[in-house]
This record gives sequence, C-alpha cells and structure tokens, in this order.
Amino acid sequence: MASSSRISGMTLNALESALVGRLKTGSNAYYLSLSICAMLLFAGSVAGLQATIGGHHVFYGVTRQVSWGVLISTYIFFVVTSTGLCLVSSIGHIFGSKTFLPIAKRACFLSICTLLAGFFVIAAEIKVPIRMMVYNIISPNLTSNIWWMGTLYGVALGLMIVEFICLQINAHKVAIVAGFITVIAEIAANSNLAGVFGLLNGREFWHGPYLPIFFITSAVMVGSAALIFFCILAQKINGGEMAPEMKTCLSACRKVAILMICVILFFTIWRTVSTLAGMPNGQYVGVMAMLTGDYALSFWGGEILMTLIAPLVLFILSGGKRMRMMLVASALMVFGAFFMRYNMVIVGQVIPVYHDLGVTGSTELLKYFPTLNEIVVVLGGFGLVGFLFLQGEKIFNGHKVEEH
Amino acid sequence: MNKMKLKLDKLINEGVENLSVEERRGFLKMGLVVTGVFAGGSLLSVTSNVDKAFASANQFAEKYPYKPHYSMIMHIDRCIDCELCKAACAETNKVPNYGFRTQILERPIPDGIDQKREFLPVLCNHCNVAQCTRVCPTKATYKNQQNGIVMMDTSKCIGCLSCQLACPYNARYFNEEKWAVDKCNFCFDTRLSKGEKLTACSDACPAGVRVFGDLSNQRDRVYKEVHTVSRTVWVLRPEAGTKPNVFYTRG
Repeated sequence: MASSSRISGMTLNALESALVGRLKTGSNAYYLSLSICAMLLFAGSVAGLQATIGGHHVFYGVTRQVSWGVLISTYIFFVVTSTGLCLVSSIGHIFGSKTFLPIAKRACFLSICTLLAGFFVIAAEIKVPIRMMVYNIISPNLTSNIWWMGTLYGVALGLMIVEFICLQINAHKVAIVAGFITVIAEIAANSNLAGVFGLLNGREFWHGPYLPIFFITSAVMVGSAALIFFCILAQKINGGEMAPEMKTCLSACRKVAILMICVILFFTIWRTVSTLAGMPNGQYVGVMAMLTGDYALSFWGGEILMTLIAPLVLFILSGGKRMRMMLVASALMVFGAFFMRYNMVIVGQVIPVYHDLGVTGSTELLKYFPTLNEIVVVLGGFGLVGFLFLQGEKIFNGHKVEEH
Repeated sequence: MNKMKLKLDKLINEGVENLSVEERRGFLKMGLVVTGVFAGGSLLSVTSNVDKAFASANQFAEKYPYKPHYSMIMHIDRCIDCELCKAACAETNKVPNYGFRTQILERPIPDGIDQKREFLPVLCNHCNVAQCTRVCPTKATYKNQQNGIVMMDTSKCIGCLSCQLACPYNARYFNEEKWAVDKCNFCFDTRLSKGEKLTACSDACPAGVRVFGDLSNQRDRVYKEVHTVSRTVWVLRPEAGTKPNVFYTRG
C-alpha cells in the first residue's frame, strides 16, 4: 500500500514512467501469456463482430428453439464468477474478517475483470446491441428479470470500479460503503439471472426456486476457487515467497470452497433423485440426457468430476498448504464450472416445447453444438480476463494490501 | 340400532314453522351442495377444464377488458395439412422462408382405429398471462390493451431472444431483415386494421379448421363453441399457466 500512496502523490509523467517500469519487470513467460491473451481477445472481437454484422444465423449454431448457445452459458459463467469473487472478498474488507483481507484488492479487481468479460461475450450474443443501450434506459420493463439483471450488473460494475479506486487511494470508508452496496447489487443481479430461467413456467427443466439457490451457492464456490487459482498464479508472476497471511487466507478460501462443493453436491444429488423418483415431464428428459444421454460426458466429466469431486479430494488432501495441489484443484473447478453452466443452459432448451405432445420432430432432443465463431468469442472472453489479470498484477504491484 | 330406531319412532314431529331462518338457510345450502355434486358430477370435469382453459374467465375479463377479445378455435379433425394457411400467412405478412408464424404439427397415432395421425395447427396463442411480454427487457413485445393481441414493436427489439425462450409454443423467430423477433399478430397490421374480419390463415383454410373470432361477443361462433359445455375444448400446454386464447376442439 505504501507504493500506492506514493503513486497518488505523483505527477502524470512520473506515474507513467512508474507504470512502464513495472510492466517491464515481467518474465518471458509473462509476455508470452500476455500476447496469447491479447491475440485471443482480438480474435474473439473479430469473430463476434463478424457474426453481428453477417448474421448470427450464419455464424452461430443457435436455432429457433435452441436460441441461447454457448455464449449465454459463458456469460453466466463469467458474471456468476464475478459475483462469487465479490462475495468472498467482502468477507474480509466489508464484514471485517481479517483472514480474508489479503485478497481484498485482487478479488475486487478480478470481479471487475470477469464482469467485463461477461459483458464482452454478451455483446457478441445480443443481436442488436445498439438498441439495447437506448431502450434499456428509455423503455425499461420492470417485470423483466433480464432488465434487472443487466441493470444491476451494470450498477455493480460502476460501484466496484469506485470501490477499487478507493482501495488504491486509501479512501477506505467510501470503499466499504461502495463495496457493501456492490454486494447487494451482485446478489440481486445473480438472483435475477437465475430468475431469467427459473421463472419460465413453460420450461420444466429450469422452472422453480432451485436455480436461484444453486446460482448463489455455486457463485461462492467458484469465486473462492478462482481466488485461490489467481492468487497462486500471481505469486508465480510476481515471484518471491508467499506471505504467511496470504497462505492463511487461501487456506480459508479452500475451506469455503470445500463447504460449497458439499452443498452443491447435496443439491445435485437431490435434484437427480427427485427427478428420477417423480419423473416430472420435461425435467426427467433433461436429467436423463445428462446422466446417460448426449450430455453425459459434459455432466459426469465436466460438472461432477472436474467441478466437484476432483477439487473436493484435492482441496482436502492439500491441507491448505500444498499450493500446487490447490492450484490444480482450483483450476479444475474454474474450468469445470464452464461445463456446469453449459449443461444448465443447453439441456433446458434441447427439450422441444411440444415434447409431451408426441408430435413428429418433437419426441427426440434437439441438437446444438457451438460453431467456430462461438468458440473463438468464448476464448476471447477468457483472453480478456487473462489479459487484464496479467496487466493488473504489474500495474497494481501485486495488489498488496495493508490492514485498515 | 334398534334402540335408536325406537327412539326415533317416538319423536314428535315439531313441524317446520318453529325453525329459525338460519337453520333453514343452512339446510338449503347443504341440500344444494349435495345435489350439485351428484347432478353436476358428470359435467364437472368438462366445466372445470373450460374454466381453466377459458381465457376470458371473470378474473381475466376484469384485468384485461379486451373488446374485441380476439381468439381462434381449431377444429383439428378437419385439418388435412394442405398448408394453404402457412402460404397465406407467409405471403400476407412477408414471412421469410427460414421462419414461420404458424405451422402444422403432425401427431402419429399408431393405435388409432379410424386414423393413424392427426394434424395440429399452431401459432401464437396470444396468452392472457403472456410470458414473452413479461420477460422482454425493453417492452418491445406487449399486449395490446384494446384487443389482447401480443404485438411487436420491432424498433425496440434488442434481439436477446428471451421471448423465444419464454414462449411455450415456439411461436417466435428472429427476422434477419427486420432485425427483430417476428411473430403472429392475428394479421392486425395487414388485415384487421384495414377492415378485414379474418386472419389470412383463417381466410385461406378450405376446411374451416381455423375459426377466428371475438371471445367477448356472445353471438360470435368462437364464444359459442368455447362455452358449449358438451363440446370438448382444450388448449395446448395448459401446465405453462399462460391462459392461451387459441383453443382446440373436434367436430
């Protein structure tokens, strides 16, 4: 924090030279990673722009009935992760648990990055983004979960930027107020995002209160894993020994992650059991598609093994001390969560709306697979997060935190 | 039992002139309930379904006082899948070949004795509790407060496609030329607003499958058919709870 204080008293020229100086301290691997991320971001931007201009029906794999594809699931992946990062960081610098203080600045910064990545991906998904900017403001529909979700995430982004700036210039009181409102906005936005799916009566696979509870719990789970992942990576970028406070903090994050994995496992088991026992229309078909059908690999491999079981075992075995094991566990969970969101979004749509009517063409599940353009946009989102994270580590000098 | 019988036998008839008004009313009410349950039992399943499916049930009539309340009833046993309705719709409303506002579903009935399949024409159900209008973030799709038609204001559509996802009837598609979601509006802009009485699909149907009319008019055929208790009338996907205004029947 001492270095940040010095920065706030500098002239612009001095600030610029200080920042350039910091950026020059990276290793070759750092610059290579930065270049790869930048290229992914560029490629994703081109792919998204091409589809927006040339037509989504040409460049994306979405159809009339499967109208939301991998870009929506990726958007959910990023923004829910952002909510998780925000919530886990709030334990320390909003609610006063000193153990979580060392991650406060980095978590706030990463929460901004992941939210921006979400917006980047959704911009390529919305067909007429220009109209969105105008009519979201002048013609709001207050019964729409999408409107609330978008607006609240927008508010959260603005507040988090204020919070982050305040943390940099040691304006902690303002940071805490902004942070507290951000937490409320993020939780409300997250709930509305789940409500987009959960309130649709006509889609049995999604309908009900399960998704809002699942979303907020999995947000904290993935958020804590993402923090472990990025903090250990940051240590490798910045070099040196990890501070004991940071080790204690990551160990606490690991405990949060373990608890949340158990809760999500509990949810998943009971959702599956209740569906198999009652065989509710629509929902049963979807769950079977994940258990034994087209989405079995994505469910068992991505959602169960990568996101839940493997990280649970590795986190427990690591004892909070074996950093490499924790890095692997958190990486598995973060990338596994991508499949978790994908399954949720896609399986809900591949069940035709007239499935129970027994009409021709509606008895089988619909097909969807992402196109090259969609995959490149997704990679662009990851590139954006990676690029900002790598830059942030240098520009903000490893997000060092003093007690306040 | 015998004791009871003896006692009852010895009771003196008090007459009804000493009964209070409350007791009389209570007795009459109980009698009506019992009679209603037995006499109306055979009709109960039909009437309760009509009430559920009936889009202009009292609570909705109060909430959405549409006049006219446009509606359609499909006589599906008359449909032969000639698709003249689809062609008329596409021509009237300039529907591109990659999309449709209405389509005809085919349901195989392998165990059927008289026929092995039947056809179900589907289109926007102009639901009274429309999910599409609820989820639209910019009010680009909305219920017309005069006639209940679910309309599109294409200039406000951002193309998020949440309405497509919310619709339990697959009634919407994204029109690349309009840069907006497109859907059936009962030909409001192309026919009804110009004085025509029927939609293009209803007008084009040679078998009288699609009967279009006004549910708020008691002399209208749609009203009469929907309210005829002896006629079996149903809606598609009632579990979605959207109170649709497109009904199905046979005969």
